[in-house]
Amino acid sequence: MLQPGAELSPQAAAFEAIRKRRLRHVGEIAIKGFLSLCAAVSLITTVLIVLVLFSESLTFFDHVSFSDFFLETEWQPLFEPVSFGIWELVAGTMNVVLWSLVLALPVGLAAAVYLSEYAHPRTRRVLKPLLEALASVPTVVYAYFALSVVTLDVLRPAFGNDVPIFNSLSASIMLAVMILPTIASISEDAMASVPRDLREAAYGLGATRLEVSFRVVVPAALSGVAAAVLLAIARVVGETMIVAIAAGSTPNLTLAPLEGIQTMTGYMLQVGLGDAARGTIDYQSIFAVGMMLFLITLLFNIASTMLVNRFREVYE
Amino acid sequence: MAVRSDPVSLRSSGAVARRQALSRVSRYALLAASLLGVAVLIYLGYETIREGASRLSWDFISSYPSRFADRAGLRSSILGTAWVMGATIVVAFPISIGTAIWIEEFAPRNRLLTLVKLNLANLAGVPSIIYGILGLALFSRYLGLGPSILAGALTLSLMIIPMTVIASQEAIRQVPPSIRDGSLALGATHWQTVRHHVLPGAMPGIMTGIILSVSRAVGETAALIMIGAFTFIAFDNTKLTDDFTTVPIQIYNWTIRPQPEFRQNAAAAIIVLMVAVVSLNLVAAIIRERFRRD
Repeated sequence: MLQPGAELSPQAAAFEAIRKRRLRHVGEIAIKGFLSLCAAVSLITTVLIVLVLFSESLTFFDHVSFSDFFLETEWQPLFEPVSFGIWELVAGTMNVVLWSLVLALPVGLAAAVYLSEYAHPRTRRVLKPLLEALASVPTVVYAYFALSVVTLDVLRPAFGNDVPIFNSLSASIMLAVMILPTIASISEDAMASVPRDLREAAYGLGATRLEVSFRVVVPAALSGVAAAVLLAIARVVGETMIVAIAAGSTPNLTLAPLEGIQTMTGYMLQVGLGDAARGTIDYQSIFAVGMMLFLITLLFNIASTMLVNRFREVYE
Repeated sequence: MAVRSDPVSLRSSGAVARRQALSRVSRYALLAASLLGVAVLIYLGYETIREGASRLSWDFISSYPSRFADRAGLRSSILGTAWVMGATIVVAFPISIGTAIWIEEFAPRNRLLTLVKLNLANLAGVPSIIYGILGLALFSRYLGLGPSILAGALTLSLMIIPMTVIASQEAIRQVPPSIRDGSLALGATHWQTVRHHVLPGAMPGIMTGIILSVSRAVGETAALIMIGAFTFIAFDNTKLTDDFTTVPIQIYNWTIRPQPEFRQNAAAAIIVLMVAVVSLNLVAAIIRERFRRD
């Protein structure tokens, strides 16, 4: 014990110092070990996702052949005669991706151009966080609006009362609101990183602000805009609550906006709601569909990251 | 010397005037597009309050769910949300900070680190329902936890860890290297430097990231439904192995019923949920502003 003011022989003091340093060293190693364990959690998560999706999908494909899964056009797993053609669900997902992009892309791009090229810095400081607030709204809230506000108060008055209560357009409209900040914010970042010289050269040639924005800045920021769109697609593909509540639960091979459809995520949630017993075919089917979903979102996310990295390399 | 009869005008005419007019008008069209999202947000907020405000009362907050719309309330779902969020924070907080510290301070700069970073970026993009079926297969079924609070919290933890790690990394990178060098030069070990100098400096940023992730988790519905949390709960949760329900699940439950009275309940529950989400975001914004390093 080292008391304040207590005298220690030089030898004992040296001994004490070595002992402390060694303890510190051991502690240091233990902490480093703990930290690398923490980092391993995320790697293990990925391994587990792939493992679970693979192993349950494999048992699914014991019962349903690969060719049925990819070549049949009916998805009817819950009633006789059962049929597992994934394309109806993929078509449902593509349906909402298509219509939500048709709505969100022009608006998001226009907002990005305004924020980057037109807005006073003070306006931007207010407007951008407000726009990004749309991303923090829980999707079950958007789902409620899709069903009770969009379909009943907007679509039925606009397109007549034979619009089905569950339709892909109501879901797509709320999905568009959900991805608007993704598209606007990431595109704006890309536009802001376009070098000033390009703009000034165009202004020097007599171009107006509108022409500079859409003929110089937008083309120069195109890979960033594309990255934003790919990210938005990945989010729409993975979104569950909005499509499960508002788009219906009837698998339908169509891209028409005013029809009831079912997406991949919508099907998974439907099975999740009923307590599917382990080992049954519908329990396994959600992993096969999940596998498909995982691969599609992974593809879009990776493509988006690669594009973002590319436009960084060009301008920084 | 010829004298020009017409005065020189800088005002453009013809095609140039048209282009300039178009450009001037475009400002308002583009502003309208930027305001559209905000307008939708305000409209939806107004609709919800109009629909649900009359249902908000202490009874609504403190009653169990019921098959009668006017007697149903949020008690078990608010308690369930609190339990799941608490457990999620306890699990995700240390793991996220640990991972971020390892990446920024201790990791060898090699291919393993690139792999870990790439993996985190991809995990952040994995849809929540995939975490849901992972939780279902792994925690609920394989580990036998069932649709319990613990299974829900573990599932949500895996979901938010990538987000919180990325935010924490950002915060740790903001701490100037001179502080580390100073501490190391005085003989502090690597960990002491991190513990006493890097972490305190990075804490506001880390807290902001964690609060934002929690606000994401509070609204999460699909992942919890997948592990089997779509159940009728009419008791107060007391332990981690209890079954549970949450506010967003209750909103889902009320939204899909055809009766308009339940839709009112859904709107009222949305007000409660949004108050929670907005408060969390406000707290995060306040922390960020207060500790902003200029």
